[in-house]
Amino acid sequence: MLELHEVEVAYGNIRALKGISLSVAEGELVTLIGANGAGKSTTLKTISGLLRPKAGTLLYQDQALDRLPPHQIVALGISHCPEGRHLFGRLTVTENLRLGAVQRRDREKVPDDIEHVYKLFPVLKDRRAQLAGTLSGGEQQMLAIGRAMMSRPRLLLLDEPSLGLAPILVGLIFETIQQLKREGTTILLVEQNARLALEIADRAYVMETGRVTLQGPATELKHNPQVEHTYLGT
Amino acid sequence: MNLVFYFLQQLVNALSIGSLYALMAVGLAMVFSILRLINFAHGDLIMVAAYIAAFALLGKLPLVVTIVLMLAGTILLGLLMERVAYRPIRGAPDVAALLTSFAVGQILQNGTLLVTRLLQRPNPLAFPVISALSGVFTFGSITIPRVNVLSLVLGIILLVLLSLFVTRTDLGLSMRAAAEDLPAARLMGIDTNRVIATAFAIGSGLAAVAGLLFAVQAGQLTPYMGFTPVLKAFIAAVIGGFGSISGAIIGGYALGGLEVLLTAIPGIGDILPPGLVAPGVQAWLRQWLPSSLTSYRDAFVFIVLILVLLFRPNGILGSREREEMG
Repeated sequence: MLELHEVEVAYGNIRALKGISLSVAEGELVTLIGANGAGKSTTLKTISGLLRPKAGTLLYQDQALDRLPPHQIVALGISHCPEGRHLFGRLTVTENLRLGAVQRRDREKVPDDIEHVYKLFPVLKDRRAQLAGTLSGGEQQMLAIGRAMMSRPRLLLLDEPSLGLAPILVGLIFETIQQLKREGTTILLVEQNARLALEIADRAYVMETGRVTLQGPATELKHNPQVEHTYLGT
Repeated sequence: MNLVFYFLQQLVNALSIGSLYALMAVGLAMVFSILRLINFAHGDLIMVAAYIAAFALLGKLPLVVTIVLMLAGTILLGLLMERVAYRPIRGAPDVAALLTSFAVGQILQNGTLLVTRLLQRPNPLAFPVISALSGVFTFGSITIPRVNVLSLVLGIILLVLLSLFVTRTDLGLSMRAAAEDLPAARLMGIDTNRVIATAFAIGSGLAAVAGLLFAVQAGQLTPYMGFTPVLKAFIAAVIGGFGSISGAIIGGYALGGLEVLLTAIPGIGDILPPGLVAPGVQAWLRQWLPSSLTSYRDAFVFIVLILVLLFRPNGILGSREREEMG
């Protein structure tokens, strides 16, 4: 479904991605793990079009992504839920959800999808007229995921959904991620919490300073001595 | 009784000048909120709109055609400005954008001068009298220029429409989203070029309306006439809270009110009917608030601006929005 081949990205003179290749198949949940600065978020931003690759190819269902602006990439069915949530804090919960669906053609189905998000996260329904900036961290993350789902993506890019959340909320968010997968959404998940990510993922890539250093089925990587030592702290 | 009429007259003046400032300030604020660009060429759009209207009227075109030409011409020019001058430098440091806006302003001023010469028209150019907009309304003992009433009514109608646009439509919502977080807006699938072009188009259209009303009031045009309005609009936007549309509207009316107040209060001692206040007070007002103080109005406006910047650097609405953010 998604195929990255030898992708290089640079911020000025700093090479953030030094030629990474990875693939995600339809229906899969794939995770990218690695330390801060390894290039995980850069990879997602390059897929969604916020950054332009210097070299390499990005294919989504046989279509090249590297020359498309972000709004056309969203229209193809890729939705990026960014690190730090990036909600529109001065807009209401409902307005944030409406914005997630701006580029959709089937306008009449948008209210139903908003209801679907409220079913997934009932607390958001209680807060629907509140400004997004006044929500708690957990509620904000729920809204960020809900907003990303409003474009009805076939591929969802999730960047650090557990960051800064209490353990009980992390559990809730990860259950939701699994439910989205069951509903048929393909997911590429970037996580610092390698243990949890490997728990729910089908496959994983380990990134280090702009390169993929390890890859394989999540169950295998979980027991890889190097991964255990560096990322699982055992 | 006289005093009541005087008050009403000044109120209409305040609301009409406030409408003009608000119409100009929202254009500045919309563009700034998305691009962090202070578009000083916005004032020159007002000037160009006035010139298009003047040339059309001098060419004996009917008023309706004149207005359509003026709106279309100014909006196209605003869009061209964005496409040719501002889009290529998007992402460059703010200073580069600011300097570009001065350059665009210079080009518009000199272009207008050139067109004036080519058409063999004088500079300054007398704005043709529009019979529908000239003359006064008389209510009892007060007289109000028609153009003031029109500014007030038109200003309020257009600003209400703009508010409905930004709150009720997807494009308006996208504009607010882009103003708050441009990268996140792009991830939503918002075509930011389209949103930015829309902001320029709406701002230019409102500037054109303000330009026409401004020209009717001033009666005379020069290619440099855009400077004072854009400066006033900038002050209005800063007072209200720069970068928010509602702040620009509130700031516009606040500035209008302030200016009229600063014009109306000096010389009040001469107008108060005898016996309303003690003779001593009246003499004091005459001595310390003489009508000659009116000429210092702009100095007082800038003093108020400095006070706002000192005590409420985010403008009238600014600090409230911070509270909303929690």
